[in-house]
Amino acid sequence: MNVRRRLAVVVPVFGAITALVLLIAPTLGSTRISLTNVFDTSIPWADNVDAQIFFVARVPRVLAGALVGAALAAAGVVLQALLRNPLATPFTLGVSASAALGAMLAIAFDLDMTVMGAAAVPAASFAGSLVGTAMVYLLATRANKALSTNVLLLAGVTLNTFFSALITFVQYLIDFADWYRTARWLLGNLDVSSFNPILASIPLIGVSFLLFALLPRALNLLTLGEDVAAARGVDIGRAQRIAFLSASFATGAAISLAGPIGFIGVVVPHLVRLLVGSDHRVVLPASILFGAAFLVMCDLIARTVMSPIELPVGIVTAMIGGPVFIWLLLRKS
Amino acid sequence: MLRADNVSFSYGGPAAAGLNAPNVVHGVSAEVSKGRVVGILGPNGSGKTTLLRLLSGTRRPSSGEVLLDGTPLHRLSRRAIARRIAVVAQETQLAFDYSVMEMVLMGRHPHLGMFELEGPADVAVARAALRATGTTHLEERQFNTLSGGEKQRVVIAAALTQSSDILLLDEPTASLDLGYQLEVAALVTRLNRDRGVTIAISTHDLNLAASVCQELVMMRDGRVIASGPVAVVLTPDNVRRLYDVHADVRVHAASGHLVVVPVARVAPEP
Repeated sequence: MNVRRRLAVVVPVFGAITALVLLIAPTLGSTRISLTNVFDTSIPWADNVDAQIFFVARVPRVLAGALVGAALAAAGVVLQALLRNPLATPFTLGVSASAALGAMLAIAFDLDMTVMGAAAVPAASFAGSLVGTAMVYLLATRANKALSTNVLLLAGVTLNTFFSALITFVQYLIDFADWYRTARWLLGNLDVSSFNPILASIPLIGVSFLLFALLPRALNLLTLGEDVAAARGVDIGRAQRIAFLSASFATGAAISLAGPIGFIGVVVPHLVRLLVGSDHRVVLPASILFGAAFLVMCDLIARTVMSPIELPVGIVTAMIGGPVFIWLLLRKS
Repeated sequence: MLRADNVSFSYGGPAAAGLNAPNVVHGVSAEVSKGRVVGILGPNGSGKTTLLRLLSGTRRPSSGEVLLDGTPLHRLSRRAIARRIAVVAQETQLAFDYSVMEMVLMGRHPHLGMFELEGPADVAVARAALRATGTTHLEERQFNTLSGGEKQRVVIAAALTQSSDILLLDEPTASLDLGYQLEVAALVTRLNRDRGVTIAISTHDLNLAASVCQELVMMRDGRVIASGPVAVVLTPDNVRRLYDVHADVRVHAASGHLVVVPVARVAPEP
């Protein structure tokens, strides 16, 4: 089936599934709510508990899940093609640990003010991701003018380890209450409880998605090797720079919104490839849609499985993602 | 016409240049004339692949220039070069599984706009390339499930789909058995004769070169030691200088081209 027909089938089908999940997810949860009450404007807001749960807790949480899932899945697709490795994740290249360190420092120093309308911890986390991205990028481009994906991988893995050590160091020094906050943050959590953080991250993730749109055909060719891609007319230096920077940007924005939620970036692209093939012009939009639906569903499980306790969604994605990752590893070798 | 004019190249880039990274190609001049099949011959490590990369513009010479119809390649965009020159790499390893048709259609990349998807005309070009390489029956197969010979022919089909008038092949028969070697050789001859494709082919197989090429460029240690029409340069003397091998070179009656029979290893010339 050619790419036009495949897109014409895949995008509506995945879009419909995602829309359905996004519509149903806010109606379900550990507390049963009445939809009639939620949309009943005759009840004053202060007395309408159902509406408060729906609009303050659930809808923002579902939207955050959709945004983060879409961003991490797409970043995973892009980085896997860039590194020519289906096991690469959005966190492989150092962005996650540097973003986490930013958040840890904000928590440790009790930065609670808002920076340009954004809360301190997400802002610090996003700043951290930019620092990490810049460091990896400079390392990878230092040796020669072109971006070396081998150096990129080594630099990313090394910085991840280094920043993780710094995180442990910070955690060791802080008091118990702050330590608890850092530990909870590191588990990943979509409980944003307001629309503001979502509005702050939409432009950031939006910019990366616009950049992703430039990439799919170049990504197809990059997976055949740099020389082949160049000989087919791809400006590989440009494509690799856009791929790395946009994927890192999306990952940084996602982490600052919800903490480092693992496995989405490798599980979703892989499942999508099993369903639609490897052409990135199909895989990328399908992963964006499926990533949104997948994380919202994982979060639905997290919110309800041990009701009334709400688990951090990172635990659920790891429990699903770990086995899938191992299966992938075994299948590959 | 594609011409390398006194080109040199070393791997390692500008940073390593200060450390005197050895040049793998030194002051090479070579010409791939329109409508010809040119063989780039030499032992392993003689700089054949690097010369092809310089000719395709995927590497830029540290000195000298590669000219495509008189224009230096580095002045042309990658897209513009890809519309004129296609490359068949020595080996193609896929990180993800593509079907043969998907692989071959990727050759249309330099002809498509930023967000354009391949249309029926592009599919027609791809199908013609599959026919030319005898791989039509493989269209629906996954590339990774093909045999070495099938893969090589599909990769050549992908290069043909680029609709370029110059084709550069890097050791296209190195990993193939005798039957497939003959098939690829026949394909090269057919493409040149029937479609007028200008071809440069790197190989260390003297007999392959003798059977498909009209001109040869002989390389050793990054330098050209002889070049010209096959009948002129494919001599026992040159084979000896190229490989340190004493060989018999004679016209083979049945095939009508020169054959080289290696006889003995000899000491390198001082």
